[in-house]
Amino acid sequence: MPPPADFRAQIEALRPYLLRYASLQLRDAAAAEDCVQEALLAALTGQASFAGRAKLRTWLTGILKHKIVDAIRRQAREPVVPAEADEEPGEIDELFSERGHWNERPAAWGEPDGALEQAQFFRALEMCLERLPLRTARAFMMREHIGFETGEICKELDITPTHCWVLLYRARMTLRVCLQQAWFAR
Amino acid sequence: MKLLSCKETTRLVSQGLDRELAFGERVALRLHLAYCIGCRRAGRQMTFLRRAVRDLAART
Repeated sequence: MPPPADFRAQIEALRPYLLRYASLQLRDAAAAEDCVQEALLAALTGQASFAGRAKLRTWLTGILKHKIVDAIRRQAREPVVPAEADEEPGEIDELFSERGHWNERPAAWGEPDGALEQAQFFRALEMCLERLPLRTARAFMMREHIGFETGEICKELDITPTHCWVLLYRARMTLRVCLQQAWFAR
Repeated sequence: MKLLSCKETTRLVSQGLDRELAFGERVALRLHLAYCIGCRRAGRQMTFLRRAVRDLAART
């Protein structure tokens, strides 16, 4: 096990990453900062349980996830967004005809994994994520960023599985269209 | 068996990322995807989104 001072320094070095991780999910800089602070504190006091088994970043991210869930619960108790804001089918319906066929067939993205090597692409992705309605974004990020199962998302957001799948579907379809315009069509 | 529309297909593809689809759903989905390039692309793009978001915190 590394000596305490060294351990502390290693943990501190990961702070920007953790802050970013929490901000992506919470969309609230102050709440993200609190989560990271709590996680780092827990990490320093619980150093013994690290024992170098996992990568330090993975271990810290695991602690941070719990803090983020607590923050989501706190936010859920003070609903700032009226549910209706996320209930409009809007954009998705415009993609299809009345009979449910594509109005405009999705374009090919070629070998999209090349985009994963480019910082610019991630900025486009982030911009697209910011445009999603709050609850839609929250459900999507809980699923794809933190990696929760649908059941956990339902519980934390207090919605039914069906509603959860609708939110995830909308998020994916909206992000597809946004990335098509912001990146792949360039 | 009822044929799926593109809207229903994309909805099922999305749900397939979140839950295990029933046998009938999988069959109907495969059938539609076999002849619909638009839905195949949309499906691939949704899977790509998953990879991209997983990478997001480590970038920038």
